[in-house]
Amino acid sequence: MTVLQFLEGPMFYAAFAIFAVGAIWRVAGIVRLGRKPDLAPPKGSAAAGWFKGNLRHFVPRGLFAERTWMHLLGGYAFHLGLFVLLVFAAPHIAFFERFTGLSWTALPRWGFILAAEFAFAGLIVLWVRRFSDPVMRQISDRDDHAGSWLTFLVMLTGCLALEEAHDALRALHMGLVNLWLIYFPFSRLMHAFTFALARGATGAVYGRKGMNP
Amino acid sequence: MTDAALTTLLDQMDADIASYLEACVHCGECAEACHFYLATKDPKYTPTWKLQPLVRAYRRHKAPLRGIRGMFGLLPPEVTEDDLRDWEELVYDSCTMCGRCTLVCPMGIDIAGTIRKMREAYAAADIAPDGLKQARENVEKTSSPMGVTAKALLAQVRHQEEETGLKIPVDREGADYMAIFSSHEIMASPEIIGAYARIFDRAGLSWTISTKAYEATNVGVQIGSAPLAKKLVRRVVDEAERLGVKYVVSPECGHAYGAIRWAGPNLLGRSFGFEVIHIIELLDRLRAEGKLPVGDKDGRRMTLHDPCQIVRRGGLLKEPRNLLEGACSNFVEMKGAGIANLCCGGGGGVSANPRAEELMIAAFGEKLKQIDEIGGIEAVVVPCANCRGVFEDGLFEHDRDEDLEVISLGQLVADRLAGDAPPKPSE
Repeated sequence: MTVLQFLEGPMFYAAFAIFAVGAIWRVAGIVRLGRKPDLAPPKGSAAAGWFKGNLRHFVPRGLFAERTWMHLLGGYAFHLGLFVLLVFAAPHIAFFERFTGLSWTALPRWGFILAAEFAFAGLIVLWVRRFSDPVMRQISDRDDHAGSWLTFLVMLTGCLALEEAHDALRALHMGLVNLWLIYFPFSRLMHAFTFALARGATGAVYGRKGMNP
Repeated sequence: MTDAALTTLLDQMDADIASYLEACVHCGECAEACHFYLATKDPKYTPTWKLQPLVRAYRRHKAPLRGIRGMFGLLPPEVTEDDLRDWEELVYDSCTMCGRCTLVCPMGIDIAGTIRKMREAYAAADIAPDGLKQARENVEKTSSPMGVTAKALLAQVRHQEEETGLKIPVDREGADYMAIFSSHEIMASPEIIGAYARIFDRAGLSWTISTKAYEATNVGVQIGSAPLAKKLVRRVVDEAERLGVKYVVSPECGHAYGAIRWAGPNLLGRSFGFEVIHIIELLDRLRAEGKLPVGDKDGRRMTLHDPCQIVRRGGLLKEPRNLLEGACSNFVEMKGAGIANLCCGGGGGVSANPRAEELMIAAFGEKLKQIDEIGGIEAVVVPCANCRGVFEDGLFEHDRDEDLEVISLGQLVADRLAGDAPPKPSE
């Protein structure tokens, strides 16, 4: 078994299992804490508020967008770029097909480059802001930096491996992907799942009050 | 940390709080919504930073997968009493629990509600500002944070009867509405009692004031003591149910409304035998029913301050605007009016905390900027007695008390009733 075969085979299975079990465990651990029923007579629907809260916070309120435009641009560029790369990059689709037999249309090369540029630019903006802004320096911890660096390296090695010309580059990418998957459930990267819980909790409370969260 | 504080802190952690603490990505957006940060530019006032002791306790004692993190030595150290004391200023002096940070947060984290939960641990450890401790002591003695007694209330009621020429019913069983007030209203602006009398008389409502439960302010909510908050809510509920009223009218006071309307049933563990209605809600209902005919409109250039606990966190967004539309002819909104409006700087017990006064006045400066951006404002309608107090202090400190009048919404509505000249202030 070559290093690449190990990283794409047993190591990937193990990393993905840790990712999946860890993420489910963490979300279940939050939900399991429960909450007391709200006895105040509602003015609106908590369930509708849960969904509204989740949707509403995808879009910034105009008043605040003026003050936080740098973070907004960086955040949107990074997250949208990363999503496109993850789901529509041809090697990712091929990799997914190997395990599930499912396939879909991949991005053309120029689309990949564009998405990658958005994702890199966004991540760099967010990272520069994290170490240069006094507020960000105050509130950031090791996890914030580790998550950013790891994601950056996964993206960088992914671009290097795009041509699939060298097994070593592909192995480097897969090794970092595995590390990223293992790190994920123990880190703040979990916000990819917990955002819905937080937005939903606030949305439900506001919804009961008949407010738009 | 004292056992009581740690136990209380951990008891606060339900799925909602856990999801907030888990979802924060340290993006720092919340700083841009916080009037304390905007006024000082000090990063320590970043709202999510104020939660640090809670975050540490959660990660150490409650967070999923903490066992594995512990194996790698990645658990945070235990929160100590010194940590709580270090954070006391951030938890009490620099958070009005206004909830503006939630609006800007991409994760929708309710930092204000989480600070409220944190204060429970502080109250359990008796770590709180002296001003709030004094208010708690006054409440224990008189039920009022300012020490307003039933005798003092009755003196104000009699005075307002003379002013308005109307009988103000006291301790009347079987009335439909029981009005409660904040201490600030009773002592600093008792004319609001007369305004209620004129409005309710015009609308033909059956109402009363109770000498056993007249105080709406809930220091328990401000200091963070659920047992005290429960006791204060119970006093109003028991009296309202004894008198058999259909409604308890919450006054123009922000947190008092939330305390009885939204937190009250949860504190008591049951629903009430009456409905809680905010005075603004009631006035708007009466307006819609045509029971409050408006005479001459106030022609001054006016704007509205949205009290956080009534509007952003209370749900009463349209009602004050409906009333202003009828009562004044030159109403202008601030930029960011409504749900995103800036806090006055003194809610959540900050105005009762003398130690925080300088910071509060600085934060009020942000509010003042918001008003000044409109230009030419002669009066600002402030439907919260606590906010009005902060406005008056803030305008004085910023040397602006001469050019901007601060008025109560109830008072404005009463003064604009058709064919009802406002009473002249007595000597």
